[in-house]
Amino acid sequence: MNMSPRMLVRLLLVAALWPAASAFSQLPAARQEGPAVPRPPAPSLTRPVTPAKPTGADGFIQRWLLLEPIRVPGQLTEAAVRSAVEKDFPVTATPLPHDGDTLKVGETELKWHAVDTLNYNVNLYHFAYALNKPTTNVLFWAVTVVNAPREMSGVRLAIGSNAASVWWVNGSEATALYNDRQAVIDDGVSKRLTLKQGANVIRAAIVNAGGATDFCARFLDANDQPIKTLTATLAER
Amino acid sequence: MTQHLASRIFVAVAAACALAAPLVALDGQPGLHDPSTVIAENGKYYVYATGNGLPMSISDDGWTWRRAGGVMQAVPGGKPGADVIARGGNNSWAPDVIRVADKYFLYYAAPGTQPKAAVGLLVGKTLDPNSPDYKWEDGGPVVWSDGVEDSNAIDPGVFRDPTNGTLWLTYGSYFGYIRLVELNPKTGKRLYPDRKPVNVAINSEASIMIARDGWYYLLVTHGSCCAGANSSYNIRMGRAKKVTGPFLDNMGIDMLQGGGKLFLGSGDRYVGPGHFGLLDLGDGVQKFSCHYEADLDRGGISVLDIRPLLWRDGWPVAGENFKTGTYEIESARTGTALEMAVQGVPVGGARGRGGRGGPPPAPGAAPPPPPAPIPAQEASQVSSNWPSGAAAVRLSPYMLQAQQKWAITALADAGGYPGSPFFRITIAGTDRALAATPDGELAVLPAFTGAPEQLWRIDQLADGTYRVMPKAVPNSKEQLALSAVGSSMPTLARFTPDSDRQRWNLRKP
Repeated sequence: MNMSPRMLVRLLLVAALWPAASAFSQLPAARQEGPAVPRPPAPSLTRPVTPAKPTGADGFIQRWLLLEPIRVPGQLTEAAVRSAVEKDFPVTATPLPHDGDTLKVGETELKWHAVDTLNYNVNLYHFAYALNKPTTNVLFWAVTVVNAPREMSGVRLAIGSNAASVWWVNGSEATALYNDRQAVIDDGVSKRLTLKQGANVIRAAIVNAGGATDFCARFLDANDQPIKTLTATLAER
Repeated sequence: MTQHLASRIFVAVAAACALAAPLVALDGQPGLHDPSTVIAENGKYYVYATGNGLPMSISDDGWTWRRAGGVMQAVPGGKPGADVIARGGNNSWAPDVIRVADKYFLYYAAPGTQPKAAVGLLVGKTLDPNSPDYKWEDGGPVVWSDGVEDSNAIDPGVFRDPTNGTLWLTYGSYFGYIRLVELNPKTGKRLYPDRKPVNVAINSEASIMIARDGWYYLLVTHGSCCAGANSSYNIRMGRAKKVTGPFLDNMGIDMLQGGGKLFLGSGDRYVGPGHFGLLDLGDGVQKFSCHYEADLDRGGISVLDIRPLLWRDGWPVAGENFKTGTYEIESARTGTALEMAVQGVPVGGARGRGGRGGPPPAPGAAPPPPPAPIPAQEASQVSSNWPSGAAAVRLSPYMLQAQQKWAITALADAGGYPGSPFFRITIAGTDRALAATPDGELAVLPAFTGAPEQLWRIDQLADGTYRVMPKAVPNSKEQLALSAVGSSMPTLARFTPDSDRQRWNLRKP
């Protein structure tokens, strides 16, 4: 991305930017696609309340901006996934979104939501269901900013996803998984790459055909051990 | 015993003359008899054998061997010392060699009219005949047999106990017992010359010991030697909790009563394996050397071989050097298979679940014919959409698809490593070659060029899995191995013996 690291590392007090709704699951009914029946909060997701979220004991990144799901054909071959990912959202040319931003995809206006996950993984089914959004034949976008205390070379992005997914680190594609699959820790691993000191932008596109959908992500060091010294933040508005 | 002596001399001469034999096992000039343990120094491999002057063979890589004269050329007087000859005789047979601190101890049999024989000692600083320090000093006789006692002091085997550094020598042949004495690690001679040797086995020869996980293993050779394809030589073993025995086989029979679990018998195109030697390459990679009395692909001469040493249920197992063929390459870490990163096509083409056997036939109607077999998927059936240039490599569940089947082919004239030539690894039915890349990763290149990053070393590990290493990684001096990072990513990384990361199952697809 062209955004300067300095801009990215300045932290955002997410709570201050959060829209009128005070809880992740309490979205205005008018914005929901499904029946306007209130649904319980996503059980595994919370609203961020701290400036930064350290990676957990196992190194997983637990703070993300998630875009409400985009309807796609739900095909999971490499060609179909790449077509879906590139159709509406040229990721490397898109400015870093902020919590509460909206994006028009076709005739549908979709919103970005900041979440912390209570688990190692981010449960996209929980996310979409709580918003009364579809969970089948959908494309999710996820973005976060990972802050490294120093330059780290020879590291790898390690992800798992249900189902297919494509991942970028600082604008360069890092890894991808295709076909129907479960989210297994370290299922897809990038080649060796370098994390800059300070902010590093991670983007992901996850395509689900049906059923459960989630993802997990962390960085591994040169010895394949999880890096635990990173923090995840969200972009400053 | 006279016949035994004549047979050994004949075999040694025949082996020396058969240098241009077809190359099947080791390459170059592997003909020899009664080899010592193969030993490495400064990247070269050395082995010594029965024959006039103790013939020596050298290899730069452990695969291609050349004859390099005899040890006795570097001994003052050019023959065993006078005391050795007096205790035994003027012959020089079946040596063994070990490095202890900054010295090499080379033990050899000097038989006279058997069972009168002696084991002599030579002491040297280097194995390299081109070194200015190269020479062997006579260390005199170490053990001997007087021709009457229940011992024939030939076939020495030297063993360093890894648990405490003590040094031991076993020796003997079919006349009487295999015997054990302790050696002085500083001199190579007996530590307690007045103590009676310990009898540890009978009815065998070519003894040597190894140790692992609290057990001592005594490996010996049973059967008859020196008769070409009519030799019944076979390697057997027992184990003990103490270095002095008792060594029991897998059925609890003491080797002093003729026990011995089979380690290696005749097989493939080789008759009469004998004279086990351990070649520990480090990182948990172990090989063993032996000779075959007859290599049928080399006219039945006696040859050296080096093979993987495996372990199972507390016993050593003779592995086989990897053979050319088509394989699935499955990660022991993840259970996923190495594949060229292209969209796979289901074997037989895409189809639905099917009728689960279909409806039952109408009453009285003939049952429908069984479904036709689906042929194996070949690259030519599905490769039209494959990229023409380089492709990425990944790991995926094995689905019997063409991009997951690898032709692994032994290469002639490309060098090798102990026991084996290098291999090329290509997508079966194509020339698309697996290669190491300058960033320490992997790619499938459009064609095999023979470059070092496309030559692969495949070592079988103790548990039967394989370590797969490129001969070289561009821009790197590190020796790296094929490694699984997560479920779907193969890479190259330094080999870690205690992990499944770099262990691979090579299966017939």
